[in-house]
Amino acid sequence: MDKQPSLKNYLFDPLWKNNQILVAILGICSALAVTVTMQVALTMALSVTFVTAFSSFFVSLIRKQTPDSVRMIAQLAIISLFVITVDQLLRAYLFDMSKTLSVFVGLIITNCIVMGRAESMAKNVPPIPAFLDGLGAGLGYGSILLLVGAFREIFGFGTFFDMRIIPENWYATFTHPDRYVNIGLMPLAPAAFFLLGLFVWINNLLTKRD
Amino acid sequence: MWMGQYDLKGLLGLFIQSVFVQNILLFNFLGMCSYLACSNKMKTANGLGIAVTLVITVGGVLNWGVHNFVTGAGALSWAGLAGVNLSFLELIIFISVIAGFVQVLEIAIEKFSPPLYAALGVYLPLITVNCAILGACLFATVREYAFFPNLIYLFGAGLGWWLAIVLMAAIREKLAYSNIPHGLRGMGIAFIMTGLIAMTFMALTGINLDVSGKKPPVPMILNSGTEQNP
Repeated sequence: MDKQPSLKNYLFDPLWKNNQILVAILGICSALAVTVTMQVALTMALSVTFVTAFSSFFVSLIRKQTPDSVRMIAQLAIISLFVITVDQLLRAYLFDMSKTLSVFVGLIITNCIVMGRAESMAKNVPPIPAFLDGLGAGLGYGSILLLVGAFREIFGFGTFFDMRIIPENWYATFTHPDRYVNIGLMPLAPAAFFLLGLFVWINNLLTKRD
Repeated sequence: MWMGQYDLKGLLGLFIQSVFVQNILLFNFLGMCSYLACSNKMKTANGLGIAVTLVITVGGVLNWGVHNFVTGAGALSWAGLAGVNLSFLELIIFISVIAGFVQVLEIAIEKFSPPLYAALGVYLPLITVNCAILGACLFATVREYAFFPNLIYLFGAGLGWWLAIVLMAAIREKLAYSNIPHGLRGMGIAFIMTGLIAMTFMALTGINLDVSGKKPPVPMILNSGTEQNP
């Protein structure tokens, strides 16, 4: 960054141009595991955005008091604090969802995006820009999550947020075996890799980056 | 306490299950970031694989102790505090144990085996934030393994991760000579290759060697693909 970026830049830069998943290739684990359906993807996106934004804010707030040697541990403690908050909230209000996400909520701690933002941005800038940057990174991550989730749910199950998109009577039956069938690969692991690979390709083509 | 519901044959099944069938990287998608970042060179991949296997096994056993004697429901009964449930502290203690162990390991290796330190040293700090480690610990906690099944599961998970990254490094070294479309080079093709490797591992799906009699509570999200598909 050559010139002093404005507050708006902090928010919008990590959304697409510096998208953490597509450009920095961070936070892949959860991006692949929780995108089978839209509801799960949305919950995860919101949780990560919350954690990234607030942990960036607080890491930045104590950036002048933290000695370099204990920086990592201090950041991990702050991040865990917010992850535990999210985990307890999900258990209290969305118990079924927290069962579905199981360990992946806890794994937000080791989500490289949160740590990466804390390391590369929050420890160098004042709290407000750090908060916006964390928010942008979280939203950028969330948008890719939702995009992958949309493809996987529509083509894998024929639904979108559990609403039926592809009508029941289009499906193949014993009497009409030549009609539409769901792509069985979509809910499975490899499809997530293929989709993400394609998105990275598209992003590279659009931004003309090498 | 030690063996849980497993006999020796069950342990072998659990081991194979965790290395191949439910490979932590290709089936559970954990430890992806360092996998993609460090699979360019065979040597790097190998070093990281060894380090992960070591940390996952020892860190996991330590966390098993934490879960069973400190943070689990009723785990503090040895101290006369049977009613206390500290499970909300589990995440922060687990990650601290892992980070602390990695730090101690780094110091110990540097002191006792400088050549090993030269080979592994740079990867050790990376491992703290490798989600495979925390993930395997959390999976083991959710499934409530006894001591030996826990040990075998974690060791298998580490080996599985090592296997996956070495496979990928071998392919990427060859890929360097291939003519790939411009925008797809680098990460794009790495994703697609990983997808293909994951597909070959999928051939093993459905084999259940985990013969403990009790079905492990695999999170719904991980097997929803096979069950909900109409």
